[in-house]
Amino acid sequence: MLDKTKQTNEIHQSEPDVQIASHSADTKPTDAYQVDHPFYVSSSPHIFSKSTTQKIMLDVLIALLPATIASIVLFGYKALILVLVCTASAVFFEWAFQKICKQKIVIGDLSAAVTGLLLALNLPSSVTWWQGMIGSLIAVVVVKGLFGGIGKNFANPAITSRIIMLLAFGTVGASVQPVIGDITSSATPLAILPAKLPVQTLGEMFIGLRGGAIGEGCIAALLLGFIYLLVRKVITWHTPVVYIGTVFVLSFLLNGDLEITLYEILSGGLFLGAIFMATDYTTTPSRPLGKVIFAVGCALITVAIRRWGNLPEGVSYSILFMNILTPYIDKWVEKKPFGGVKHE
Amino acid sequence: MPLFKLPGVHVPHHKNTANLKATKMPIPHEVLIPMSMHIGAPAKPLVQAGDKVKVGQKIAEAGGYISSPIHASISGTVKKMEDILMSNGNYVPAILIESDEKMEVSESVKPVELTDQASFVQAIKESGIVGLGGAGFPTYVKLDVKDLSKIEEVIINCAECEPYITADTRTMIDNIDDVEKGVQLLKQYLQAKKIIFGIENNKKEAIASLQTLAQKDDTLSVHILPAIYPQGGEKVLIYHSTKKVVPEGKLPLDVGVVILNITTLAMIAKYIETGMPLVEKVVTVDGSCVAKPQNVIVPIGTKLKEVFAYCEGFKTSPYKVMYGGPMMGIAVPNLDVPILKSTNAILAFNEKEAHLPEPSACIKCGRCINHCPLHLNPPAFAKALELDQPEELEKLKVNLCMECGVCSFICPAKRPLVQNNRLAKAELRRYITKKKEEEKENE
Ligand code: SF4
Ligand code: SF4
Repeated sequence: MLDKTKQTNEIHQSEPDVQIASHSADTKPTDAYQVDHPFYVSSSPHIFSKSTTQKIMLDVLIALLPATIASIVLFGYKALILVLVCTASAVFFEWAFQKICKQKIVIGDLSAAVTGLLLALNLPSSVTWWQGMIGSLIAVVVVKGLFGGIGKNFANPAITSRIIMLLAFGTVGASVQPVIGDITSSATPLAILPAKLPVQTLGEMFIGLRGGAIGEGCIAALLLGFIYLLVRKVITWHTPVVYIGTVFVLSFLLNGDLEITLYEILSGGLFLGAIFMATDYTTTPSRPLGKVIFAVGCALITVAIRRWGNLPEGVSYSILFMNILTPYIDKWVEKKPFGGVKHE
Repeated sequence: MPLFKLPGVHVPHHKNTANLKATKMPIPHEVLIPMSMHIGAPAKPLVQAGDKVKVGQKIAEAGGYISSPIHASISGTVKKMEDILMSNGNYVPAILIESDEKMEVSESVKPVELTDQASFVQAIKESGIVGLGGAGFPTYVKLDVKDLSKIEEVIINCAECEPYITADTRTMIDNIDDVEKGVQLLKQYLQAKKIIFGIENNKKEAIASLQTLAQKDDTLSVHILPAIYPQGGEKVLIYHSTKKVVPEGKLPLDVGVVILNITTLAMIAKYIETGMPLVEKVVTVDGSCVAKPQNVIVPIGTKLKEVFAYCEGFKTSPYKVMYGGPMMGIAVPNLDVPILKSTNAILAFNEKEAHLPEPSACIKCGRCINHCPLHLNPPAFAKALELDQPEELEKLKVNLCMECGVCSFICPAKRPLVQNNRLAKAELRRYITKKKEEEKENE
């Protein structure tokens, strides 16, 4: 069986020595080429779309660029170091893992770089470089590599790694304030909401003048990335819009105040998670309906944790939990083959 | 029109030859005519080496109900019978005729007299016309309808959704008179009450030509569909034109539909009028290597090398040559293979285009699943095949896959999905045959 599927990747070549000019030479003085090499004979189709895994991952990196720049502006050189260390070490560990396991080296597909960068953006600037490296190691080796590499992991590597780090290092949960702006001593919005309003204006929240992970604060930059991903058709609108929308509606129902609700959705890692983590191909459902169910599930858990849990933030946990449910959602929303009839 | 359209993909159109009227190529030196250019039983040869034949003369008769006769496409001498390797991997007998350069027409070619449906169907059977979908289903079988009141719509497939090919487009522009005559035949002998032309919106001139025709006759309507591949897929076009779903294992006729290709319709009319059976085809010759891409009228059996030579050969050396379009076409091993009844294009690709992209791991992006026109799940087929689970393949309905190529085309990881689907289909067929045998034994 395995052999059969393997042969599909080969190019079958035919007998050499095809000459076009042999017979038709006297019909017409032909400037036809002598075809002195075998033809490729492969199964249809014979043309392919331009999209590749590498291009998709490059698009994600480009979409993360505004948020990355914002994180460095907001959190200074520490953010820059974190971003560089996490991204570079993720790529290195993937390379090393594949080398040691004698697998094909596929770091060129850029997916390790995406994982590393996403991890960095999900951490506060107080995380040290070596903690960041351990985080990358967990993400690309434990969560991804050991499960078979790209496309095979069931949980989002960056998110799972962040959660493990959260349990291991106190610094990861810390809410470090930006180095710019004059709100350095204020409490994290999520810690005091919905009882008290934060000192920031909504506008300040929108550009990221608040404490938290380095990449989660600047909503403007994240939305820019979202638009880019939509335009490039890397993701569809379903997950982010439904996720954030449902959190908005549920929060509003629970506290009844529009201003508080707006603060709530702008706080924590909701936009970063909804746009970049809950849209990961491998660990979330494939069909639009599945994505909607996934997003609603994420929103329910996020709101529940924020409201009733004793954790400050629920985005990572909710996405991880829904990752686990993804295979079931996929099965559940499977479409009936067109024209298919049921057999008993 | 149904509210929800079946998905598909945007493929590059490359309709480079759409404005080029088909020209007749010079008489080929020889033609090689295989006995199996259709689905069903091979035709039985009626001639022997040394026999003189004329254009339109029947040289092989139908080998069964689902079969088709074959006619000489040039005049000359039968040189030999030989077994040739067809692209499906089977050896098939073929008749090699050497041209006498006269193109003398056989006495048997004379206008056909029709009296009723039976004579109409019989005539089409004699014409040797087969469907243009790669498989080449004998056309008369589709029209051999026992109860004519069952036919609610006749759909004329003008979609021509494959890139490059413009042979049908040219039929609609150059041979619209034949199309009109064909329509009259359908009305008279199939009592067609509603004839729908389904066409993609990227063929402006052809649409105008059809619309002029439709204005004169209100049984006709032109249905303009978005140019999304595979609009011309039979089930897809039927659904988009009538909202009807052809169920698994059923024929279009079971839902009251007869579906014919536009060029087939024109060929039928031409045959009835002149009595000249299917002996030549309009073939789009294109691809980056071809010096002068164009539409050519080619006698069936002409070897590809002569057709390419007529198009002034190659600009660059070809590395892949195929029958048909790039989405479903069949790659050929060399240029000595002949033009078949179902060939509507031959394309020559350069080295870069010929190279298959390197497959990498599936990233579960869902593109293949969300773009499959038939809502199938190709990665699940691959998994079931790998795990050797034919019962799973049965549940997943891999048998419905029409091998349209959309999933492989769209996959960013360049997985060979269609090829996998074919293997899975074969595996499922084996499994079902075995299951049936076991059931029989148990009885
Ligand atoms: S080849 Fe088969 S599985 Fe792939 S898109 Fe076409 S119908 Fe669907
Ligand atoms: S399109 Fe390719 S990569 Fe995406 S899910 Fe299908 S097989 Fe996997």
